[in-house]
Amino acid sequence: MSEPVLTVEDLSVRIAGLHILQGVSFTVAPTGVTVLLGRNGVGKTTTLRAVVGLTPRNGEVRGTVRMGAQSLLSQRTHRLVRGGLGYVPEDRCVFAGLTVAENLRLAERRGTTPAYDRVFALFPELDRRSRQRAGSLSGGQQQMLAIGRVLLNDNRLLLVDEPTKGLAPKVVTEVAEVLERVAESVPVLLVEQNLAVVRRLARDAVVLAAGRVAWTGDAQELLLETALTRSLLGVGSAESHQPAGPGADHQPAGQRTAAASALEDGS
Amino acid sequence: MDAIILLTLTGLGLAALYFLVASGLSLVFGLADVLNFAHGLFLGVGAYATWWAAGNLPGAGPDGLGFVVAVAFGVAAGTLMAVLVELVLIRPLYSRTIEQVLVTVGLSLAGVALLQATWGADARPFPRPAWTREVTSIFGAQVPNGGLLLIVAATLVLGAILAFLRWTRYGLIIRAGVENREMVTALGIDVRKAFTLVFAIGGAAAALAGALGSVYFGTVSPQQGGSLLIFAFIVVVIGGMGSVVGSAYAAVAVGLLQQFVNYYGTSGLGDICVVALLAVVLLLRPQGIAGKAVTA
Repeated sequence: MSEPVLTVEDLSVRIAGLHILQGVSFTVAPTGVTVLLGRNGVGKTTTLRAVVGLTPRNGEVRGTVRMGAQSLLSQRTHRLVRGGLGYVPEDRCVFAGLTVAENLRLAERRGTTPAYDRVFALFPELDRRSRQRAGSLSGGQQQMLAIGRVLLNDNRLLLVDEPTKGLAPKVVTEVAEVLERVAESVPVLLVEQNLAVVRRLARDAVVLAAGRVAWTGDAQELLLETALTRSLLGVGSAESHQPAGPGADHQPAGQRTAAASALEDGS
Repeated sequence: MDAIILLTLTGLGLAALYFLVASGLSLVFGLADVLNFAHGLFLGVGAYATWWAAGNLPGAGPDGLGFVVAVAFGVAAGTLMAVLVELVLIRPLYSRTIEQVLVTVGLSLAGVALLQATWGADARPFPRPAWTREVTSIFGAQVPNGGLLLIVAATLVLGAILAFLRWTRYGLIIRAGVENREMVTALGIDVRKAFTLVFAIGGAAAALAGALGSVYFGTVSPQQGGSLLIFAFIVVVIGGMGSVVGSAYAAVAVGLLQQFVNYYGTSGLGDICVVALLAVVLLLRPQGIAGKAVTA
């Protein structure tokens, strides 16, 4: 098996006295999409932000995060990003007062040639709207801008936080298509609530529950197990348009942790 | 009619002074979230450095090109002071608001005390070109040239800052950083360099205000920066944190209001009206005239 692109070991995050993450460990494969799942408030976004060094100043991070052999936690965010860690935040975070072209220009780096061809091939809309203020774009267009901004440079790993949140179904499909194409060339660690998108994109899954890893394994196997997805995610895979079939009784090969059992016992 | 023209132009002169101090304050707060109470010190350093240069620096003097050299020296001194304050005192305290306030207030008090200890507490005559003591007749109103100089300088500074924000890479970073500093970092940009830069811009503008304000008043004194800083803060809040254009509008509103009310009402009533205007803006539009976005 090839080396993981990202290794998270015993990651704990405490913010304002609250233990958001408590000893989270998982790896991200060097190809394809690894999805980080869990109910609201279990620490998915906190995990991504800790990896990219954006934990608030009143927060405390412990553990180990490595991209290849490089340790990440001691480095500042802009250095991590320049080192190939792309980050697409929750809620897009485009610069509303700047134009589309200015948003993209911000992501340019000295000494490298920005890959506008790649970005405009994926998002021709951005080229057409280059003079439009980003704040006047639709939610879907803003998401495309947020992803396009990161793809302007070569990345070793992309962290993408809830890219389909609040988008219309048609736009969700478009975003999923783009991520599918992106994942052909760069590994992606994706936080996503939409199980239809997860089913389409993800190969591996890490499920968080109450700040701990509750389950890791094959994402498609997880989605086949309705009872497990209901207990871990609060929604059955059938509710996300998973067609019923023989796989419904299939036992997933993933690893269920003590946190998952505790969650079920408590529910 | 003469009185209205005179009051308008002297009000705009005052507005120019407020804008020069407030523009830097606004950018620093908008980008770096630093409430810099030491900003008045940059003004004092600029004024005293210009005053000192006019009498001591080779090539500098109270008139002609020598005066330009003296002002340039004063601006350079204020800029250097601002950069040192950011690098040495503010940088270790980002996101620690209370410590920032304590340090900048302390620095402001210490700076004034140092100026007093060095050159005395009394106001000193400021060396200035003869033409700045004269007046220009505009539609019958005799307008002091010192005030007109301030208006011209502030207009040029406003244009230069807007051009910088609109056309340069660092201007783009500052505009983006005022909206979402964290996201600028997440695009691989070391936003701390932009912090230093906005401190330098703010220090330069404040130092210029110190030099030209002293030309206008004819004296230089250690307390000059502190008293102007209060109105500059009001201008920043009314204009909207982080907005240079908002600061310009607010400075004009505050300067004109002060001049007209002080003239047609009683002396000092203008200052009260400015505070009332601040209260009204805070009640009706708490984000200020132009909100937080920097418009270029």
